[in-house]
Amino acid sequence: MDDFIAARSQMALSLGFHIIFSCVGMVMPFFMAIAHYKYLKTGDKIYKGLTKAWSKGIAILFATGAVSGTMLSFELGQLWPKFMEHAGSIFGMPFSLEGTAFFVEAIALGFFLYGWGKLNPWFHWFTGLLVGISGLASGILVLAANAWMNSPAGFDFVNGEYLNVNPVKAMFNDAWFSQALHMIIAAFIATGFAVAGVHAFMILKGKNLVFHTKAFKIAAISASIAALIQPLSGDISAKDVSKRQPEKLAAMEAHFHTERNADFILGGIVNENEHKVDYAIKIPGLLSFLSHGDFNAPVKGILDFPEQDRPPVAIVHYAFQIMIMLGVALMIISILYLLAILKKKSWLSKKWLIKLFVMATPLGYIALEAGWVVTEVGRQPWIIYKIMRTSEAVTPMPGIAYTFYLFTLIFMSLSLIVIFLLYRQIKMVPYLYDETDPKFIHKPTNK
Amino acid sequence: MFDLYVVIFFLWTAIALYLLLGGADFGVGIAELFSNKKNQEQIHKIMYREMGPVWEANHMWLIIVIVILFVGFPQIYSTLSTYLHIPLLIMLLGIIARGTAFTFRHYDAVIDNWHKVYNKIFIYSSFITPFFLGIIAAATVSGTINTEATEFSTAYIWSWLTPFGIALGVFTSCICGYLACSYTISQIENEEEKKYIGKKVKIFLISVILSGGLVFACAGYQNLPLIRWIYGGVVGWAAVLFATLSAIGAFYCIYKNKYSAIRILAGFQVIMILLAVTYGHYPDLVLLKQGSLSLLSGENEPKTIKMLAWALILGSIFILPGVFHLIYSFQKKR
Repeated sequence: MDDFIAARSQMALSLGFHIIFSCVGMVMPFFMAIAHYKYLKTGDKIYKGLTKAWSKGIAILFATGAVSGTMLSFELGQLWPKFMEHAGSIFGMPFSLEGTAFFVEAIALGFFLYGWGKLNPWFHWFTGLLVGISGLASGILVLAANAWMNSPAGFDFVNGEYLNVNPVKAMFNDAWFSQALHMIIAAFIATGFAVAGVHAFMILKGKNLVFHTKAFKIAAISASIAALIQPLSGDISAKDVSKRQPEKLAAMEAHFHTERNADFILGGIVNENEHKVDYAIKIPGLLSFLSHGDFNAPVKGILDFPEQDRPPVAIVHYAFQIMIMLGVALMIISILYLLAILKKKSWLSKKWLIKLFVMATPLGYIALEAGWVVTEVGRQPWIIYKIMRTSEAVTPMPGIAYTFYLFTLIFMSLSLIVIFLLYRQIKMVPYLYDETDPKFIHKPTNK
Repeated sequence: MFDLYVVIFFLWTAIALYLLLGGADFGVGIAELFSNKKNQEQIHKIMYREMGPVWEANHMWLIIVIVILFVGFPQIYSTLSTYLHIPLLIMLLGIIARGTAFTFRHYDAVIDNWHKVYNKIFIYSSFITPFFLGIIAAATVSGTINTEATEFSTAYIWSWLTPFGIALGVFTSCICGYLACSYTISQIENEEEKKYIGKKVKIFLISVILSGGLVFACAGYQNLPLIRWIYGGVVGWAAVLFATLSAIGAFYCIYKNKYSAIRILAGFQVIMILLAVTYGHYPDLVLLKQGSLSLLSGENEPKTIKMLAWALILGSIFILPGVFHLIYSFQKKR
């Protein structure tokens, strides 16, 4: 395997792995805080058990996210030393703030996990909420750093030198807001559907019904609301990308030729030799409208960009299609569920609705990963858009293919262990977390 | 210039705190590794009781160090991560294995044979990680990083694989074990447990002194002016003197069976050792075969340094009270 491709693959793998856990860290604490709030208000022991069960899940996933995040802070330099040498002092600002936010998150989690029966109940509740707030803050800050790679700002690039560095301008670059908004909502959808799906599965199996139904409801409502507002942020993102990175937009839509009244292409197979998309559904004029707000606006095609500056079309297009289609699917499920809650209460006890959620368990995360493929592969061949090429940034050390294989092995085993542990947590619900279950083991201490 | 000194101060403090707190965490595993099967579980139980709540926070210091380096001193960060790719990678594997095994063994809802697996991973990676931290630290000052090398082994292996590196790796691991045991022992009330961990404190303190001697020997073998760095100025002399006094104090505590002061003595001793070895070649952080990389080179961006200094000051206002409150409240209310 070529070292350059290996370095890119290793980075993609590490980020793709880390993203899942960081999303959990951003979202699940809020679910936990809702359950905890209900327990403090009503005294319902089931909510107490649910809060504890979720907090254990968060602890496992947070630790995995913390180590993979630590690793990433080293990998940036190990794989892309030339990039970090120039970019570090420009886009590092959000990273140093993120360090603070992440630290607060770790401390708050420490307080929360060991605070049962030791802290004032509402202060304890607040430390749980703080885990989520600081998680969200660190997510937004890291997105600001990534957005800078898409929309470099805060310096002057003169004759290959980076002058007049302004880290604040770099942080609040043009892509920052739309990327952060889209990703935070995506995190709620992905985590919400994953959590709801797991509890839905337990409901289908008829285990600890009251416990799992309460858990399901919190996750499903949050996920559904997020899924319904996501198209709005998607629209903001699309308009932003079409303005700043027209090649990325062209690749997303496999839009080869510049034209007015451009079609929006759904699905299909990209034919890169003949510059067209076979078997696709075409909606006339929609691409022009979505990217410029005008059905007749011209949309630049990928062929109008110099060949050495074009991102790979097929991968970006397929990833974009996967994201859109899964997003729509989750939106339909969300509409059905919200309808059931508000109007058709009888649906709530129906198996088909629960089954839909079980099937949707991984979909949010798949859409989220696909979205990141669009962002990152769509930026190629640049590591800093129009400033530095990815190939110029890669480490001179040979043999990266081997570290890539090693990392693949590690991530695969870590994933398996995490799934195994979560499975055991769920299996132990009747013994450890559901106090109404006759199998529940009452312990003298609250540890 | 003031901003730059603030950043350098935080860099050093973060390294020191990582050594004190993260090091003690590694030490837990090292203490388990060097004890017989029968006592392993007991050590594990005692130490987890003392260290549990702060685990997550202890390892954040490393991230702070890295972030300060790549934001403030990107040249240093990229040089180190290129030429020390391999030891950094091994250290990272250690961090991953240790961090996950630690969490898994405490949050696995079912207790069965899997715990033996987590345990094995935990104790071995607890030893490997600080060992490689020591190797990396040694490599930054050994002058073995050759930025003009074209051959793989010269550029990426002999840059760090040296007798001095291995000696410093062993020394770092010994320090971690010593810190863990002396932190724990001040907390223990049970007499039998106290006696047992007390023995460990003594063994680790002796090993710190012996491996420290080895570090000097290897430095001499590689013609490193370690002695001149340390004894070349008043600060170095004073630091070594204080470290020696702390060690004597610690021996006295062990002899008298009074352990309440030993954690402060151990922590102070380690800080003095760190001060002695880092002060000598300040402001050069990295000594290469071709010249050196200085913290005061002036190549960094003034605006970035200013922002970083403010971020660190603000961050510490948020973080430090939290960390201390966390440690304090769980010690008091246990």
